[in-house]
Amino acid sequence: MSPLRRRLMFGVPLALAVAGGEGFYILLRRMQTQKYDPHALPSPLIGKRPPAFTLPGAAGMAGFTNTDIAAPPKPMLVNWFASWCIPCAEEAAMLGRLAQQGLDIWGIAYEDDTRNLAQFLATNGNPYRRIAADADGTTAINWGVYGVPETYFIDKTGIVRWRYAGALTDDIVTSTLNPLLAKYA
Amino acid sequence: MIPELGHFALALAVAIAFAQGVVGIFGPSLQDPRALVAAPALACSHFLAIAAAFAALVWAGVVSDFTVENIADFSSAAVPLMYRISGVWGNHDGSILLWCLILSLCGLAVALFGGELPASLRARVLGVLGLVSGGFLLFTLTVSDPFTRLWPPPLDGAGMNPILQDPGLAFHPPILYTGYVGFSVAFAFAIAALIEGKVDAAFGRWVRPWALVSWCFLTSGIALGSWWSYYTLGWGGYWFWDPVENASLLPWLTGTALLHCAIVVEKREALKAWTVLLAIATFSLSLTGTFLVRSGILNSVHSFAAAPDQGLFILALLGLTIGGSLLLFAIRAPVLAAAGIYAPISRESALVLNNVFLCAIAAVVFTGTLYPPFANLLFGIQLSVGAPFFNQTVLPLAVPIIITMAFGPLLAWKRADFYPVVQRLYLAGGVAAVVFLAVAANRHIIAALGLAGGAWVVAAGFTDLAQRVKLFHMPLGQSTARFFALPRAAIGAAVGHIGFGITVLGIAGMTLAVQSVVVLQPGQSTRLGGYVWTLTGMHDAPGPNFTQRVADITVADNNGIFLHLHPARRFFAAQKTITNDAAIHTNGFQDLYAVFAAEPAGGGAELRLNDHPMAPEIWLGGLIMAFGGFLSLSDRRLRVGAPARKKAALKKQTDAVAT
Repeated sequence: MSPLRRRLMFGVPLALAVAGGEGFYILLRRMQTQKYDPHALPSPLIGKRPPAFTLPGAAGMAGFTNTDIAAPPKPMLVNWFASWCIPCAEEAAMLGRLAQQGLDIWGIAYEDDTRNLAQFLATNGNPYRRIAADADGTTAINWGVYGVPETYFIDKTGIVRWRYAGALTDDIVTSTLNPLLAKYA
Repeated sequence: MIPELGHFALALAVAIAFAQGVVGIFGPSLQDPRALVAAPALACSHFLAIAAAFAALVWAGVVSDFTVENIADFSSAAVPLMYRISGVWGNHDGSILLWCLILSLCGLAVALFGGELPASLRARVLGVLGLVSGGFLLFTLTVSDPFTRLWPPPLDGAGMNPILQDPGLAFHPPILYTGYVGFSVAFAFAIAALIEGKVDAAFGRWVRPWALVSWCFLTSGIALGSWWSYYTLGWGGYWFWDPVENASLLPWLTGTALLHCAIVVEKREALKAWTVLLAIATFSLSLTGTFLVRSGILNSVHSFAAAPDQGLFILALLGLTIGGSLLLFAIRAPVLAAAGIYAPISRESALVLNNVFLCAIAAVVFTGTLYPPFANLLFGIQLSVGAPFFNQTVLPLAVPIIITMAFGPLLAWKRADFYPVVQRLYLAGGVAAVVFLAVAANRHIIAALGLAGGAWVVAAGFTDLAQRVKLFHMPLGQSTARFFALPRAAIGAAVGHIGFGITVLGIAGMTLAVQSVVVLQPGQSTRLGGYVWTLTGMHDAPGPNFTQRVADITVADNNGIFLHLHPARRFFAAQKTITNDAAIHTNGFQDLYAVFAAEPAGGGAELRLNDHPMAPEIWLGGLIMAFGGFLSLSDRRLRVGAPARKKAALKKQTDAVAT
């Protein structure tokens, strides 16, 4: 091996490290400006209709089936929640504000107890038009729900356009939800 | 007052660390003997300053001083004493302080036990350690200060994550960090040797004990962490290919490669640049693993919430440390030339082969771990890389390691004959074949191959020892005498290999695990793994800072009930969190594992029941590997060190003993 090639070869680790460092730098910057979220999980439902389900109502509200959300009059949210979930209680205020602004939010109570659910809605307010109960969690598995709270954005043709795992925050509503509402209005 | 003293000690440590760095690295070229003595002295005071800061933080934790934000956020008066202490390093800021403490401890060790080293090399090693430590201490002091005060103080702390309140996790971080940080010494030796432009047999001998001791700690730390996740998380798994787990596996793989090729440097003065690169890579991976995971770039279940500006600071530190050392490598390493030669079939070549496979596995794991963020960066796609990828790529690469690691220790140095070695392994091959046929008869081909591989490595390890003591070729008494006269390094290597084989047996056995999720009413039973599991009842029980609901399960075989299991669901009121306390019964070769998952609305208990054959061997093997490492460390050759003038004589002697 010629001395020059040997020198170049010994520089390869440095070049790789520099490239990697540059990549990490860009990723960190994007995280700061919220253009990149490592925790975002791809949902298999994006671009599709939710799989068939029929769920009974809960807390005195009507349940729903997949056909009920197949062609909503305007874009809507389906919000998975549970009374035992702390972030869901924190998210309730935000959902309440969105409902007041006229957004249809339908809830699915995940593996929940009826009495606790009524208590939860009494304490944190009820932003939901309908609440269905997924008592055994089967529908959640079919949807690919990662955990509660989790929110699905469904457009007028019944197709899931966006999924967010975790409690909705002001940042998410401004940066993502509002543009989506404008786009699919 | 005490937290202020701790904060002051931390600031002092930053100053001392940088002084140690500058004096250590540039002192030796001044030709002033005072500069050479200053570095070890600074290393000692550096350690004392950090120890004082750490003690102050532990004190604040023990007396529950909630004016310290760190304590108020992650502890509470109800937390037992042991966890008030371990909670100090159970959060981001405190764990970095622990990291710095261990780094300064490494410097102290070099200062105290490095008397055999040339004074200029010792000063430079300490200088490199001082600079690295100074950088991270500065990070602690400026953006990640564990002594930040809170006023007015809350009446009680927010409490500790219940999952961390476990003895296994109290000791896991210090042991794992010692493993990670210990490689800083090998790194510092590599940098110092590059600065001095001299990598020779003595370098191999000096660097190896330091690499070995950190490897032992890293091995135990990984085994302990895996065991903890097995019994605490209640998932019944032991390894999830999570980024944090991969981050500990990567330095383990390259560190294992480093241990093996440092021998070649010592024996044959070959593979010098490669060894230096491995030393740099191992510590770089330790750094990346410890810190990049905290930046939040990797999606991991173990997260310390860290702010992005901390991430940039850390990235800059990593850039300086890793980039600087690789730059030095690119400039200085090309002139390093091999002095000794060896035949393609020899112990040295076997060690090279080991390095190739280990580094291939490391490359695959590294790629899989970093692919999700970089796929997003380069192709704009969001994806995750999970266990199936790692299982399918790592297992094929592990097969050649398992096959060849039996041959390596039996080959002669420099030039070896292959066929005599094959003949000596007939017995091990026979054992493996019997295991394979016995398990394959039950149609578990994968498990059969894995168990046969494990048995092959274990049998080959014992064959190696038996050959060395000429077992059955001379009276037993003489063989025993020979065993005690063997160099500890040879016994340690065999024990390490046997430990690895045992871990392979455990992992292979776990592929035969069976589990079921059932809802049982009291009095009902279910069958699993040839046993009848019966739920006899449920009751409430008190705990120190939690209440718990316990399920009572009996397990019966054909001879009747032989086991009572009591898995529990623990409610931590302070955090509104429920943890599952799995009940595990082990007989050393099989775990019966029960988790009380939930109490369904319809009454009864939802139970997850598992039968895990060979599971204990996974961690037992890890501990045996680490024990082998410590045995090897006690070898006289490493303790005595290698004074330059006696080097040739010593080398001849050890060659004679080892072959």
